Order: sequence, then C-alpha cells, then structure tokens
Amino acid sequence: MLYREAGQFKATYAEDSQIFPIRQDKIGFWVLMLVFGVAVPLLSNEYWLKAILIPVLIFSLAAIGLNILTGYAGQLSLGSAAFMAVGAFAAYNFILRIEGMPFLVALVLAGLTAALVGIMFGLPSLRIKGFYLAVATLAAQFFIVWALVKFPWFSNNSSSGVVTAQDVTILGYTFVTPESKYVLTFLIVALMALLAKNMVRSSTGRAWMAVRDMDVAAQVIGFRLMRTKLLAFAVSSFYCGVAGALYAYTYIGTVEPEGFNLDLSFKILFMIIIGGVGSIMGSFLGAAFIVLLPIFLDNVVPVIFGDSLGAGFVSNFQLIVFGGLIIFFLIVEPHGLARLWQIAKEKLRLWPFPH
Amino acid sequence: MQFFIEVLVGGLLSGVMYALVALGFVLIYKASGVFNFAQGAMVFFAALTFVGFQEVLPGWLGLEADSSVVFWLAFLLAFIAMIVLGIATERIVLRPLVNQPHITLFMATIGLTYVVEGLAQMTWGANVRGLDLGIVDEPIAWLMDNYEIGVSKFDLFAAGVAASLVALLALLFQYTKVGRALRAVADDHQAALSIGIPLQTIWRVVWAVAGFVALVAGMIWGARNGVQFALTFTALKALPVLILGGFTSVPGAIVGGLIIGASEKLAEVYVGPFVGGGIEGWFPYMLALAFLLVRPEGLFGEKHIDRV
Repeated sequence: MLYREAGQFKATYAEDSQIFPIRQDKIGFWVLMLVFGVAVPLLSNEYWLKAILIPVLIFSLAAIGLNILTGYAGQLSLGSAAFMAVGAFAAYNFILRIEGMPFLVALVLAGLTAALVGIMFGLPSLRIKGFYLAVATLAAQFFIVWALVKFPWFSNNSSSGVVTAQDVTILGYTFVTPESKYVLTFLIVALMALLAKNMVRSSTGRAWMAVRDMDVAAQVIGFRLMRTKLLAFAVSSFYCGVAGALYAYTYIGTVEPEGFNLDLSFKILFMIIIGGVGSIMGSFLGAAFIVLLPIFLDNVVPVIFGDSLGAGFVSNFQLIVFGGLIIFFLIVEPHGLARLWQIAKEKLRLWPFPH
Repeated sequence: MQFFIEVLVGGLLSGVMYALVALGFVLIYKASGVFNFAQGAMVFFAALTFVGFQEVLPGWLGLEADSSVVFWLAFLLAFIAMIVLGIATERIVLRPLVNQPHITLFMATIGLTYVVEGLAQMTWGANVRGLDLGIVDEPIAWLMDNYEIGVSKFDLFAAGVAASLVALLALLFQYTKVGRALRAVADDHQAALSIGIPLQTIWRVVWAVAGFVALVAGMIWGARNGVQFALTFTALKALPVLILGGFTSVPGAIVGGLIIGASEKLAEVYVGPFVGGGIEGWFPYMLALAFLLVRPEGLFGEKHIDRV
C-alpha cells in the first residue's frame, strides 16, 4: 500500500536518471543512512561495533571492489586479499615515513598504490581470459604476500612482519573509541559506495559490462579494451586497497601479511556470490551475511548439538555450511541476495492486490 | 654439475607429483568443462579416508594392522568412497547447474571444496597421520656410489606410479567403449548427446576416475608429507602446471608438471638466495603467467577462437 510510484512523474532526463527514481526508495535510503550513521553509533555497544558493524562495512568495501572487477567487468580475480594487503601496508608506510601525513591523504595514496599494483597484475588480462586469468591472479595473491613478508622494509623491520597501525588523527581529533572509528568507516564506505554506484551507472560502467558480456563484440563497436579492462583492475584494486587500509586502521589495529591470505580472497568472492554478482547493494548484503554467519553458527551449533562435540566439530560444520550455501545460492539464486531484495520490492508494489 | 643434476632430477620427480594432481583436473575439465577447484580437497579426502580405514579395519576384522589384506581393502573402500562422492557431486551440484556459465560452475566447485574438507575432517578427525607405502625415502645406493647423485627411491617410485597411471588412462581413453564416449563428450556435448551418449553417466564415470587419480595422488603425497590438511594445497601446486600445459591436455599436464617441478627447484636453489628464499610459493605462477603472455592457451591447450 505504501510502496507505490503512482503520481510520481518524471519530466526531465535528470529526474529520470536518478539513483532512486521512486520517492519511497529515497526516503528509505535516508532513513537507513540516519539509522546506521547516527542511531547505531549512539545506541550500539562496543562488541557490536567492533566485531560486527565495522568489519561488515570494511568487507563491503572490498566486496564492491571485487564486484567492479568480477561482477561488472567480468574478470574473475582470486587475489583481492593481496590488494587489501597492499593498501594496508602502503597506508602504514606513508604515515610512518612522511612527517605529518594526514590520514585521509594516506588512505587515498594507499588506494592509488594498490591501483598501481592492480594495473600491473591486470596487464595479463589483455591476453588471457577466463580460468587462465583466474589462476593468473593467484600469482598476485602469492607474490604480494611473499614480498611483504620477505622485505622487512615494508613492515619497518619488525621481526615477525606484524605492524601496528598508528593512531588515526584527522584535524587534530584522534579516533580512539569504537563509536568514532565506526562513524569514520561508515562515512568513507558510504561515500565510496556512492561513487561506485554512479560509476557503474555511467559510461564507464556500461563499458565494463559490454566487455564482460563479450569483449570481442565490445571492441568491434569501439570500446578500447585495454583502457576498459585496466581501468576496472585499477578501480577495483583502489577499493580493495582502501578497504585494506581501513581494515588495519579502524578494525584490527595490528596486521601481518599472512592475514591477507587466499582464504580471505575466497571469502570476498563468496560475499559477492551470495550478495549478488554485479550489484553494489549485493556487496553489502553479502558482506553482512558472511561476517554474521560464523558468529551465528558459533552460537547456534553448540545449542543444537550440545557442547560435547568440541571446537573442531563447529569449525568443520562451518566449512560444510559455508560451502553448501555457496552451492545452494549458485543453484537457486545465481543473482544472490540483491535479487531476492528486488523480487521482494516487486511483490511489495503489487501487494495486497496482486492482480 | 652433480649438484645441478641432483636438483634437476629432484625437481622433475616432484613435478611428476604435481602432474598427478593436475591429471585429475584435466580429466574433469575435458569431459565436462568444469574447472574442478575441489580436486585438492578430493586428494585430501581420499588420503584421509584411506588412512582412516587402515586404522579402523584391523579392529573390525580382527586382522594384523600391517597385513596386505587391510591395505587393499582400505584402498578399495576409499575408492568406493570417492565414487560415491563423485556421483553425489554430479547429482547434487552439477546437474542443477547444467548450461550455466563456466565461471558459475567453477565457483560451485570452490563451495564443494569447503564441503569436502569439512566432511573429511568431521568423519576422520583433523590429526596428522602417517601413511606407509613400504618404500623408504632414501637415495638410491648405486647412483650415489658411482655418480654421487642423490635420487630418492620414493620419488622414483612416485614417477613410476604416475607413468603407469597415465598409460592406463591413455589405454582407457583410446581402446574402450567408455573411453570413446568420454572423448566424444569432451569434443562436443551436444553432438555426443544427439548420438545417444548418456552425458550424466559419462560425468559420473569421469568424476569416479578423477576420484581414483585423487586417491593415488593422495596416497603418494600423504606418504611423503603425512596425511594432513596441507594436502589440499596440492591443488594450488597443480594450477600453474595446468595453465602451463593447457587445461584440456593429458600430456600437457605431465609435461607442464615436469617443467614446473624442475624450474621451481632450480629457481629456489639458484635464484632464491638472492631474494631471501621461499620463492617456491609464487615462482610457478609467475613462470606460467609469463608463458601465457606468449601462448594464452598453454602448451597443448586448444586454441580459443572468439566469434562475434
């Protein structure tokens, strides 16, 4: 009843091409922003902020990055965690080695460094396609992590390769409390998500999708393949890099290269599969799902099966549920949670008179 | 020079072990176009099942633990488990995903990897176990005495197993009815279907054969390094072999394995010290990547032609 677009006429092209053409969506979006930007940090406790909300936001950002590359430009990548590592260690080194480096500038520089590395590893995509490329991106995964461990310069000669993120200070204000860190992360992620949304709606995004659907055809009608593909790699790595820097600075504080392993890359891949390949909103849903699922299982499995089974059982059960869900989603809803959300909206438009 | 030959031979022989895993990938990819990321998990599952049966069977049957009856019975049971796994995969995962893009199937096998890993450890526990094939990992005395080249007996045995496995598969492919059907399916799904080859049966056969290859690979790797979770990483070792050799070629898997094995060991010994060592993890990938830039379809892969 409430969700009707009747009476909302679009008289100009600008009105027609808004992100939220329906008024209710726009209101809903701002309510969501207020809830997560203002109400949540005021009302939520430390555990929720630190263990759930901040990681969900950060992984959403990484998932958006991978989604741009895999979902929009169609280049499967298994190395997103490595680009997060580049971002995290780049931010650390920029702040460490340049006196008075502002945090936000370091964040952007970290993203740009990751983008540069991304372009380097994206070059083979001009020649190699499909699985060959997916395997080739593993080279990035292993090489980057190895380089960060082997060359102690990256971790400022810390013996174990572990670095501790410096305090985050912007304009003299130091972000210490989880609430302030959450708000900072939220603002950055919201801004970048908005940018990504607009990017994929614009000619850039259409070029990516054309290349994804068939690169030879795209080339024939005049898209420059090299530019489009490398741009996708660069933007994707930029997002992953910023996510990695945030991961180090507002989430866990101390990072080591080994933390950004293949498992994390797969996790980000799962986020976009479950959330929705080729959907910005899906990246958020998927990230929330993947972060919450283990916590949910940790709490539920012992209740159902009793405590006697031990931690090994729970972690194995998690593996099975994880894998099973991936297969389930691919079979039942290849477009992920984002598609379910869309179906729900369609249903809501007709409700309660579906005829 | 002796040292060089020793490293080279050692590399070639370990390359055979990579090839053994890569073989399983190639079989499934050829027949069904599925890039089965779960092959490494299958290796782990097979080895763990074999060792697990070896542990429990003596108790059930009242036999000596080291009798050959137990060994072969465990082998048979593990093989049956792999067949069941293959059929279940075909039924639950592949059949609903027929006609989906290759990438979707690939991601489904990543999901399958997690399921198989969890299943294996849930059934048999996560302890590291030893696996004894009765072959000692020591240099061959004759070569050592005469030429001072250390070549492990075990590596040689692994190479022998791999060679006979490849020969067996080649015979199966060339001279049996099932083999002909397999090749037909690999060539063209639709054409094979239209002349009455049951696609699903073929897929089951292929997964079972790949399960057998995984079992052999798992036993050899397990005897080398112990049956443990790290066996799943054999898949990561096999991937550069695959892209070097081409996804669709059995000889490619073998040749690719040899090249990767040898160059990896040589690079570790001769280049590694300059950059701090430990380059084995990524060197094969870089090598394969560099090679792909010249020949995007791998050594023996089918050339891909794009049509608009």
